[in-house]
Amino acid sequence: MTRLPPALILGAALSGLFLAAALVSLLWVPHAIDGVAIANRLQPPSATHLLGTDQLGRDILSMLMVGAQTSIAVAILAVGIGVALGVPLGLAAAANRGSWLDEIIMRGNDLIFAFPSLVIAILITARYGPSATNAILAIGIFNIPVFARVARGAALPIWTRDFIRAAQTAGKGRIRISAEHVLPNIANLLIVQATIQFSLGILAEAALSYVGLGAQPPTPSWGRMLSEAQTMIYTHPMLAVLPGLAIVMTVLGLNLMGDGLRDALDPRLRRGRA
Amino acid sequence: MIAIRDLSLSIHGTPILRGVSLDIAPGEILGLVGESGSGKSMTALALMGLLPQGARTTGTALLDETDLLTLPEAALCKLRGNDIGMIFQEPMTALNPLQTIGAQVAETLVIHGRATRAEAQRIARDRLDRVGLSAIPLDRYPHELSGGQRQRVCIAAAIALNPRLLIADEPTTALDVTTQAQILDLLKSLVAEDGLSLLLITHDLAVVADMADRIAVMQTGAIVESGSTAQVLAQRRHPYTAALFAASAHTPSRRVHRADEPLMVVEDLHRIYPGARTLLRRGPPVAAVRGVGFTLHRGESLGLVGESGCGKSTLTRALLGLDPVQGGDIRIFGRSILPKMPDSTRAGIQVVFQDPYGSFDPRWRVDQIISEPFHLLPDAPRGADRRARVAEALRAVHLAPEDMDKYPHEFSGGQRQRIAIARALITQPRILVLDEAVSALDVSVRARILDLLAELQGAFGLSYLFISHDLTVVRAITDRVLVMQAGEIVEQGPTADVFDRPSHPYTQHLLKAAPRLPDMTERLA
Amino acid sequence: MARYLLTRALSLGLSLIVASVVIFALIEVIPGDPASYMMGLNATPENLAALRAELGLTGSPVTRYIDWVGGMLTGDFGTSYTYRVPVADLVADRIGVSLPLAIYALTLSTLIAFPVGIIAASRRGTWADHGIMGATQLGIAIPNFWFAMLLVLLFAVTLRWFSAGGFPGWSDPTAAIKALTLPAIALALPQASILARVMRSALLDTLDHDYIRTARAKGLTRGQAIRRHALRNALIPVLTIIGLQFSFLIAGAIIIENVFFLPGLGRLIFQGITQRDLIVVESVTMLLVFAVILVTFLVDLAYALVDPRLRRG
Repeated sequence: MTRLPPALILGAALSGLFLAAALVSLLWVPHAIDGVAIANRLQPPSATHLLGTDQLGRDILSMLMVGAQTSIAVAILAVGIGVALGVPLGLAAAANRGSWLDEIIMRGNDLIFAFPSLVIAILITARYGPSATNAILAIGIFNIPVFARVARGAALPIWTRDFIRAAQTAGKGRIRISAEHVLPNIANLLIVQATIQFSLGILAEAALSYVGLGAQPPTPSWGRMLSEAQTMIYTHPMLAVLPGLAIVMTVLGLNLMGDGLRDALDPRLRRGRA
Repeated sequence: MIAIRDLSLSIHGTPILRGVSLDIAPGEILGLVGESGSGKSMTALALMGLLPQGARTTGTALLDETDLLTLPEAALCKLRGNDIGMIFQEPMTALNPLQTIGAQVAETLVIHGRATRAEAQRIARDRLDRVGLSAIPLDRYPHELSGGQRQRVCIAAAIALNPRLLIADEPTTALDVTTQAQILDLLKSLVAEDGLSLLLITHDLAVVADMADRIAVMQTGAIVESGSTAQVLAQRRHPYTAALFAASAHTPSRRVHRADEPLMVVEDLHRIYPGARTLLRRGPPVAAVRGVGFTLHRGESLGLVGESGCGKSTLTRALLGLDPVQGGDIRIFGRSILPKMPDSTRAGIQVVFQDPYGSFDPRWRVDQIISEPFHLLPDAPRGADRRARVAEALRAVHLAPEDMDKYPHEFSGGQRQRIAIARALITQPRILVLDEAVSALDVSVRARILDLLAELQGAFGLSYLFISHDLTVVRAITDRVLVMQAGEIVEQGPTADVFDRPSHPYTQHLLKAAPRLPDMTERLA
Repeated sequence: MARYLLTRALSLGLSLIVASVVIFALIEVIPGDPASYMMGLNATPENLAALRAELGLTGSPVTRYIDWVGGMLTGDFGTSYTYRVPVADLVADRIGVSLPLAIYALTLSTLIAFPVGIIAASRRGTWADHGIMGATQLGIAIPNFWFAMLLVLLFAVTLRWFSAGGFPGWSDPTAAIKALTLPAIALALPQASILARVMRSALLDTLDHDYIRTARAKGLTRGQAIRRHALRNALIPVLTIIGLQFSFLIAGAIIIENVFFLPGLGRLIFQGITQRDLIVVESVTMLLVFAVILVTFLVDLAYALVDPRLRRG
């Protein structure tokens, strides 16, 4: 293995930082955030409160750390839904290219693509009420066609390779070939896509929480911190800037990591231009 | 006209060319021959000033008085298409799919400011007529043309401004033999009638023997021998030239133990594809294989030849039990394989594919690859026993048993083809289907694989079904041959008879089109 | 070409039908009484029954679905439960904000992305390329609603060049466009980042093709080869992304309209949700999906214009 791409290192460091923050917050935060201390409200950064406090006197650093939990949990579960359902569908479509199964899977994909993900979220929350679970479902549903498409698109050229024919002449069926030959050969692409969807999931969760369709109080979340800050944007702009920066850095880190992974895993790029 | 002196080239520090010197005289055809990676194409790209990034050259490449290697990019742009034209190997992708062929030929004129738009159209028409496309309107798009026609369009664009030199880099490698013969004829007539020089780059000795005035032989970035065609063909002073010739005409010695026992019997086989779906209806069905029948006997080597699209790949897939058939019967070892081939039959008929790079899952180790067909056996060996069998198969193809712990990318093309053969042998089959198994290999590697196949046939009493578009190879290794055209077997018989006294017009046509090395032993005697 | 477009139109028509069934089922058929959801906890049985009758929840799902779809086809989107006016009127008022905003943002994003992507591709590996790639990487990572807040902070609060929100109506077009400018920028910049990256990679891909080498051998300079051959070929993947972006723009607009207090469809949908006005939510959602599918069809049409291979037959 040659030197790792710098984008990968920087990206892994950034996203690792926020993952670590989320994990640490499970055990410890600088200040408990469930209590309201109006006396402490809207303090500037200090030694006690490194990033200051919000309108209810809660420590912003602690809020951001716990908020990372929500964002990351929602995004991971949504990616999980997409991978668990989308990849098998894509593999099945590729293994039966041109069949009615392929046709149905791809048409179904087109259909979900026709709904903007947020519209799905709106429909679900409009009917069943806003919650983190519904946000996960809404984002996850939109991830299914993404992974199905990537898996199918990557698997199709694999199916034309001679080693697939060799496996067929060794008496192996489509499911077995998909598992033994196709999936391992497209895993790189799926991992890269998973990082991209992970970052999109964080953005989507922030957007949903911002408009009040995501995690509900008292669960802290970056998107809701932003919406609460909006009314005070004239007097206390930092309240709006900090959660936004957290989102940007996490998403940037994940995107850089995805790019770096693609470069590191793509044998064509590794070999250099022939 | 062209004088290359001591041209050396390195790309990102890797040496590619070492002291290449070449001359091309006006009105001359120079054949530049060599195996893949010898630096033929890079020599041509150096002349065009189209070398990849990171390339560094030393030496000179003079066009008359101008050194092409030091010319600034703007001057090179004026020169390309104007003084030197070039065509490439892959006609299917060499044209812009979104532009009409007329526009692409006319572009050469327009870009050099040599004609108004209307005039350029007229000249484009003229050049397309010249290359034999008078029946094709200017407003056609590339996807509406066949591969041979597209190569003609490329030639028309390259000669639009009557350049002095045309560089043709493997211009017919991607084409069928009959199309190849037509394109070569066209190139020859351009040189004879329009007075341009041709630098013909190819791996195929028979092509240059037939075309070139002079030949230069390249090996690992250097010219090892050059001279007039007759001289090079007759003398072969450099050992590499001699080896190349020997390999091209190589016929492995085989001991044939043909028994009158039919192993595979195909009767009136039909393979019909449903028509392309348009809206709710389907187009008319396409019959890719129509009423094919033949028999493969024990110990026999049977050839199947035909041009691309004749149905031989479809037939192969059906014989391997990979596709359903719509009529007829295939009996292997006395038992019909329809509708689904039983695993026990599969174990007895294995296959070697063309592409030594695509044949293996890059993530699998050689021992996993070779033992994959064990899946077919009810009592497949395991553990040490399995490794012993893999080692045995590797030894049979002259590889080391230790190679089983490596990955495919650690092997050369020829070695990979040996691994593919080892995989095919692991279940001790009686029939081996060789699907263009040596077509992607350089001639010297090809000769050694043919020797190996001959040896294995003798040792294990194998029957071969040898599918190839390459008539020379089929002649060298088969006892009987089937000629396929448009889904049908048009002629079959003993190989020597079919090649020497073809009875079907298509076979005659095919044999006439195939370039052949002149028989030098005769000429020398 | 006619056959290709007919095939696409049929396929999208089918999507539209399935989409309407899904929306209808989600809102009206899946267990749980929409009427009691809309009225909340303190509804009396009489009120509920009245609402059910008003919503047309009394018939079988099949006839209700046919009524709903048939109504929409004739421009009858139902009556808003909270506003007590036809949903069609509400939509007509607000589409005059949402549609111009989406077009404004899409135009901005395309105008920015094309030159930027082309510059990056034609100067691959230079500082300009690296700079552009870095900037777009950042652009993709920024949530558009947060970017909108920053824009308000800078241009409305600090510099006072624009107002922080609201919409004066189209009677004064200059003021209307000015009011839509910050929202459009907020929507466009993240999209432009994505589009520029796609443009760059599509161009680099086409530059690898054999026909570029053929063009160079004919004497075209690198720039000529890009302009005359690579750009049009690169347009095919770029069109796909522009089509997909429209769907993201619609979603994004829903949120951005809330940041800037713009009276568009996005605000309407949100008011519908907070007021539990399912009629509004159902019909406006269907309208948005229809818009996305319509744009998909326009993209298909554009494909056929660009690519002669699709025009055959």
